[in-house]
Amino acid sequence: MNSTWSRFNITSIVLGFAFLYLPIVLLIVFSFNESKLVTVWGGFSTKWYVSLFHNQGLMDATWVTARVGVISATVATVLGTLAAITLTRYTRFRGRVLFSGMVFAPLVMPEVITGLSLLLLFVAVGLDRGFFTVTLAHITFTMCFVAVVVQSRLVSFDRSLEEAAMDLGAPPVKTFFQITLPVILPAIISGWMLAFTLSLDDLVIASFTSGPGATTLPMKIYSQVRLGVTPEINAACTILIAVVAVGVIIASIANKRREIQRQLDEQAAQRG
Amino acid sequence: MTDIAATAAPPTETATLPARLAAGFVNRLVIIIPYLWLLFFFLVPFIIVFKISLSQTAISMPPYTPVLDFKDGVAGFLAGFRELNFDNYTWLTQDALYFNAYVTSLIIAGISTILTLIVGYPIAYGMARAPATIRPTLLMLVILPFWTSFLIRVYAWIGILKPEGLLNQVLLATGLISQPLVILNTYTAIFIGIVYSYLPFMVLPLYSSLEKMDYSLIEAAQDLGCPPTGAFWKVTFPLSLPGVVAGCLLVFIPAVGEFVIPDLLGGSQTLMIGKTLWNEFFSNRDWPVSSAVAVILLLVLTIPIMFFQQAQAKAQEQGR
Repeated sequence: MNSTWSRFNITSIVLGFAFLYLPIVLLIVFSFNESKLVTVWGGFSTKWYVSLFHNQGLMDATWVTARVGVISATVATVLGTLAAITLTRYTRFRGRVLFSGMVFAPLVMPEVITGLSLLLLFVAVGLDRGFFTVTLAHITFTMCFVAVVVQSRLVSFDRSLEEAAMDLGAPPVKTFFQITLPVILPAIISGWMLAFTLSLDDLVIASFTSGPGATTLPMKIYSQVRLGVTPEINAACTILIAVVAVGVIIASIANKRREIQRQLDEQAAQRG
Repeated sequence: MTDIAATAAPPTETATLPARLAAGFVNRLVIIIPYLWLLFFFLVPFIIVFKISLSQTAISMPPYTPVLDFKDGVAGFLAGFRELNFDNYTWLTQDALYFNAYVTSLIIAGISTILTLIVGYPIAYGMARAPATIRPTLLMLVILPFWTSFLIRVYAWIGILKPEGLLNQVLLATGLISQPLVILNTYTAIFIGIVYSYLPFMVLPLYSSLEKMDYSLIEAAQDLGCPPTGAFWKVTFPLSLPGVVAGCLLVFIPAVGEFVIPDLLGGSQTLMIGKTLWNEFFSNRDWPVSSAVAVILLLVLTIPIMFFQQAQAKAQEQGR
């Protein structure tokens, strides 16, 4: 054991992680509660999950959320990757300061401002609020997160690889797809996942930009929470957590595999 | 990638003229597409918010009178300047509610930021000193809650903080208190909510600056007779300052305009500007006033946002 890792360090980590995870664990535990009272344990039951699947409103909202999430994350990943390339590779062009400002500001912009301003834009151009406008709004605020994730990978990218490919006669576009893209792919994938979860999560921006018939899951959960805490919401939240957790774990295992493979390849190349 | 042709060595002889022209075109597209998107969906909306904050409320759909429209050509646009009214802003200054909401939001965000720093620093420090083999796992464990829904994490605290909730049950059972504590629907609940929800935003930048630190510096300080706390304040903390600044800004700025946490945990008694804006918009349907609230909020946050961008740009330079 590392001697500099003191008892104080370990205690603060344990307490910190307990603080981070205890509320989520309690939420999951009480989704299996027999009693309707969320905080009093009345025995194990999965009945709330059953009633969940009979709740048509919740099911519709889930379907809307999933579609908005997949479409917006995909478009945001393309736009965000382009923005990241622009930020790292083009150090001087007119309006670069404005551009980097527009990429970084949405990361911290209060959601009520983003939501209100996008809504007023949609009204001004005469777009009917609904599925399409929520998707556009989600693309806009998630692409900046993708840009930051991809950019951090591009910054550490060894450009001599690209130059080598070009020297060997590969045209720029081909170089991008055969050399650059495979290297930054893990960052692009995690950017997509981040964009997807942010979209899955968003209540405020969706509430502003959505219209009748396009109620997302967070909007549905929020309106039910305001009426009171019920085990059914706990069950819905637990499923959502499970979906995200499984996704993250699969992605990190895949990432680790690729890393190991890469190391093996490098060793083989050195021996070879 | 595609910019090589523009920035690096002259095009090789194999590159024909059409190929070079195509490369130049692709180059431009890479910049233009995200640029236009952000201009149209990020910058233009702010201009519209500003425009509507100068209009009057009307009972119609959309519920405001049009101002500065190009419908009547440029002359009409210019004539519109005379019709602008700043009533919404006057209204904001006259009603103490708004002023109080801005000030309260700034204070709450400030206190929560400091609390998050106090809670987050030991965690980040412990992670940075952890054996290198388990650091990725710890990092993953900090990020994981961030992937679960914000709304869900705030919701989870309702069940804990309620008068008959889990925290009170535990405290009553252990005999620490004889009366249930009232935490839900107070400012305390908002502090807990913000610290909890934003903790990963604080820990991650702190960790990345603490991890890069050279710990032989502390050993050197201690060898020269500096007590551990002195070494911390003279060496460790100053060196982690970029992380502290980044973390604090990442927490402070969004916390000022926070809506979900004050709404669900703070109850109706607490006052925060994000909630005020929401109510003006959804309950009172007063779009011009809520636009004016948004404009002022944006002005209040301009300086911290500029600091944040500078910090980001600097980090980008160092990463190069």
